[in-house]
Order: sequence, then C-alpha cells, then structure tokens
Amino acid sequence: MSLTLDQVRQIAYLARIEIGDAEAESMSTQINEIFLTLIEPMLAIDTHGIEPMSHTRDIAQRLRMDVITEKDRRDAFLALAPETEAGLYLVPRVVE
Amino acid sequence: MSTYTLAQLSRALASKEISSVELTRFYLERIERYNPKLNAFITVDPEKSIAQAKTADERQSTGQAGPLTGIPIAQKDIFCAMGWPTSCGSKMLANFTSPYDSHVIERFNAEGAVLLGKTNMDEFAMGSSNETSHFGPARNPWDTARIPGGSSGGSAVAVAASLAPAATATDTGGSIRQPSAMCGLTGIKPTYGIVSRYGMIAYASSLDQGGPIARTAEDCALLLNVMTGFDERDSTSLDRPKEDYMHGLSPLPNDRPLAGLKIGIPKEFFGEGCAANVMDCVMEAIAAYRRLGAETLEISLPNMHLSIPAYYVVASAEASSNLSRFDGVRYGYRAPEYGDINDMYMKTRAQGFGAEVKRRILIGTYVLSHGYYDAYYLQAQRIRRLIANDFSSAFDQCDIIMGPTSPTTAFRIGEKIADPVQMYLSDIYTIAVNLAGLPALSHPCGFSENLPIGIQLIGNYFNETRLLNTAHCFQQMTDWHLRRPALFDDV
Repeated sequence: MSLTLDQVRQIAYLARIEIGDAEAESMSTQINEIFLTLIEPMLAIDTHGIEPMSHTRDIAQRLRMDVITEKDRRDAFLALAPETEAGLYLVPRVVE
Repeated sequence: MSTYTLAQLSRALASKEISSVELTRFYLERIERYNPKLNAFITVDPEKSIAQAKTADERQSTGQAGPLTGIPIAQKDIFCAMGWPTSCGSKMLANFTSPYDSHVIERFNAEGAVLLGKTNMDEFAMGSSNETSHFGPARNPWDTARIPGGSSGGSAVAVAASLAPAATATDTGGSIRQPSAMCGLTGIKPTYGIVSRYGMIAYASSLDQGGPIARTAEDCALLLNVMTGFDERDSTSLDRPKEDYMHGLSPLPNDRPLAGLKIGIPKEFFGEGCAANVMDCVMEAIAAYRRLGAETLEISLPNMHLSIPAYYVVASAEASSNLSRFDGVRYGYRAPEYGDINDMYMKTRAQGFGAEVKRRILIGTYVLSHGYYDAYYLQAQRIRRLIANDFSSAFDQCDIIMGPTSPTTAFRIGEKIADPVQMYLSDIYTIAVNLAGLPALSHPCGFSENLPIGIQLIGNYFNETRLLNTAHCFQQMTDWHLRRPALFDDV
C-alpha cells in the first residue's frame, strides 16, 4: 500500500485539517513510511476466528436513571467560547 | 527537605516540624530557580497554591489531616483543574481555563493536597520525548541536552529535579513508565479502569490510564490510594472494593522477602533493539531479585512484535475520533481569519494542532475509513486480543513479568523527532501492557554514563499491590532510587 498525495489531501479534508502542498508531501512520505515499516507486517498475520478486542475488560455498559444530574452552568461554559451572543455559540452562517 | 519521600514529608507535617505553607514555598522557589532551565511546568500559580497550603495547615492543626494533607503535588497538564489553565501541551487549549475538576484533582483536593503546578507534556500525550509540546521540550535533569521521555516528561522532570515531591501522569503506551525510567524514578500504570478518566483529556480512551510518578514504590502506593476508586462519570470505571496499597508493603523485610515469587523473563524483551547497557543493567537487577528469594523462568510473549502496529492503528483511530471535538466553537483556539464554517474548522485545526497530532489524526481517519476499516482497524483489534492472550498464558506460569522499560537510555533532544518510526520504536516494551489493560511499574535499577535505566515489572490484572511490594523490597536493599542529578542537588 502507498498513499497518494490526493489520498492524503482527501483524508485531511475528512479530518477537517487544512493542509498545504509542502505539508501534504511530507505527511504522505512519513505516513507511508509508518505504514510500510510498522503497520503493514500486521496484515500478514492469520487472525481467522479471533474475536476483535475493543476493550480490555468484557464489561457491559452501566445504565443510569434518566434524570438531570448536572447543575446549570451555562454562563461558565459560554465564557470559554471564542464567540457567543445571547446565550448561543456563534459560527459562520450555515443556512442561507 | 528535597530528599524527603512523601512518607517522610507526611510525618514532618504531622509533627509540625514544617508547615504546608513553608513546604509549598520551598518547592515554588525551586521551580522559580530551575524551571527556566528544565521547562517542567507549563503553569504555576503561587497564590492559589499557598492558599491551598494555608487551608491544609488549618486542617493539620484541627487534627483532620490525612497522609497527603499539605503535600504539594505537580499535576500533569492533562488533568482538568477548576480555575487553572489546562492546555494538554497544545496550542489548541493554550487559552483554556478549566471550569471543572477531573476526578483525580477532586480526590487530591479532598485529601487536602496542594496543587503545585501543571506539568509539561507531549501535545495531547502523543509523543515519547516531550518534544511535541507546544510549550517546548522539558529537559532531563540528568543531562539537559537530553529528552526526559514522554509523554509525561514534565512530571518526571519535576520529581527528578526535586521541583515537586511527586507528580501525576497518564500512560497510553508507556507515558508513565518510560519517563520514569529515563529520569531515574518509580512510576506505575494501574490496571485499566481503576483510576477514573473523568476530566482527563482523552487521547485513546481504551488505553489511557492515570497513575503516579514518585521516587519510591511506597510513595506510589500512597498516591494510588488517593487516585483510585469508582467514579460513575467514567463509563469504564470499575466498581470494586477500594484497596489500601500501603497495607500490602512488607513492613520488615527479612532476608528473602520474595521467596515463592515467580518472575517470568520474556525472551522477546532481550533481543535485537535493546541496548547492551540497558540489557546488562536489567539482568543485574533480576539477579538481585533472585537474591531476595524470587525464582526466575524464561517465558515467551510470541506476538509482542505486533504490539506496535496494533497500537498505532487502535490509538490513532481513537485519537481521530476523540480530537474531533476541537472545532473552535465551544472552547479552545479558533483561527483568527476564515470564510465559511468548513473553512473555520479546517484553519482552526490546522493552526491549533502540531505535526505529530495531525499525523495521528490522519492515520486514524484513514484506518477507520470505508474500505480500510476491516483490513486495519479490525485486524489491529484481533491482534490486540492475541497479545492479551499471550499475557494470560504467561501469568499461568509466573506472577510477575520483568524486562527493560525502554530499549535505550534518554536520547538527545532532536535526535529522533524527525523520524516518527524510530520514535515509535522507543515504546516497544511498554505498549503491549496498555493493549492488554494490565498494571505495570518501572523503577530505577542502575545507570549508564550517568543516565538512569529502568526495569519494568508487569503484573496480572489488579496486582498493583504485588508490583508495589516487589519494587519496595528491591528498594529496601538498593539505593538506585535515591540517586539524584548533581546539577539540581543543592539542598
């Protein structure tokens, strides 16, 4: 496997990270090197019949009562945002 | 005073030999003097720390003090602490002041410990050298031209240079154990699920685990007593009876305190890739363990070599998902200029994240994308199970697994940063433990050219007490853990 420059640009777009030409170039060299040297050898291993392990302990998710447990701290949280108005987060217009 | 362990400081506070305010000032002054050279702390706030120390002194005088009341603790800048900047080593959060406490900070506050400052770290805990920090690298006090290890580099530097008596850290692929080894300290990554991740900024959620870095195993036991415990706000927190890790330490070691202990030596840990000086030193420590009564046997962890690929697929996948929250809308950095909302996201994330974080987000996005998920992500998860099964078979034969923590001593700043493959290989002995979710400890076991070397002790699930007591017995017979870097040993 080898990622093309276009693929790297596409992945960066999916991850919403702007990437310039020089950066795409160096990123693709490094990522290809990581895949080739470190990750690809894993693909040859026969794991037929092995259950994927997504978690270290096989525990069921706990449930809780559907009640409000948090205090209203709207002002404290809004104060952290880059831009707010009238108790709302502001972003560039998304609906015309 | 800077040579005191936590246990000794605790006694000095209880007997009023010293007050918490005096102790806190003492460490703040050391930080002021040495931090410009070492870059161990990202934030200190003397006013806040002294206020906490005053409260601790009041508690001490009214007889309501616990073992850590009044003791200054350095906190890794990954733990949200209310009213404190919490940057996670990133430009993305450089302007973020946490509006709440993580579970770990809550527990230290409840004990009356003093928050001494927030320590430097690799950006979002992604790194093995502390060089990916937005705030520049922390420097190893044993040789300031060298890295301290990572990602909890600042925590290890703070303790090694006696800028703090102990520190918290987190470990996703070795970030507690590797800096402990490289700075000559003792650190333990607990079993996954016993330290709550609430308020601990997420990198790879199925691997991340908080734990302490200190001088001795006894100090780690004291800190674990505070840090562990069920927390319903972390969906993977384990609801089990609280343990007293101090209780398991042998009070009066006899000649052979470890008689009956079976130590497994995995041949895969001593092959190509491990530096000769590290190998020799670790083998000598294992011989010392034999003199303490333990027996040793060779074991095999046949899938060990697959832990690096499995880790970099699983951790990057989880990171790409976790770090999608940094969008410049609710908190943290936002690019100063942008067009539409998509452009705002893309510029914010391009400017807010450093190169290593971007690289892992891109790898994670790729391995989770349509058409590649089965080949990479599911395959990595299957290999993760093979690795966990290897440990499970090994623990049928032995009680503790021992080997090097890191394949080399601390390398030079700049030596590996341009070569991610070499950097990732420096975690080769630590990451399998995270994939399996096991507890593991690193303690100092010698030096090569005045640089510390660490030995790693891996235990079965919930065997923290056994790990701590084993290291404790070693530390009663040896003095590697008491060695201090000459440059900063002036008190």
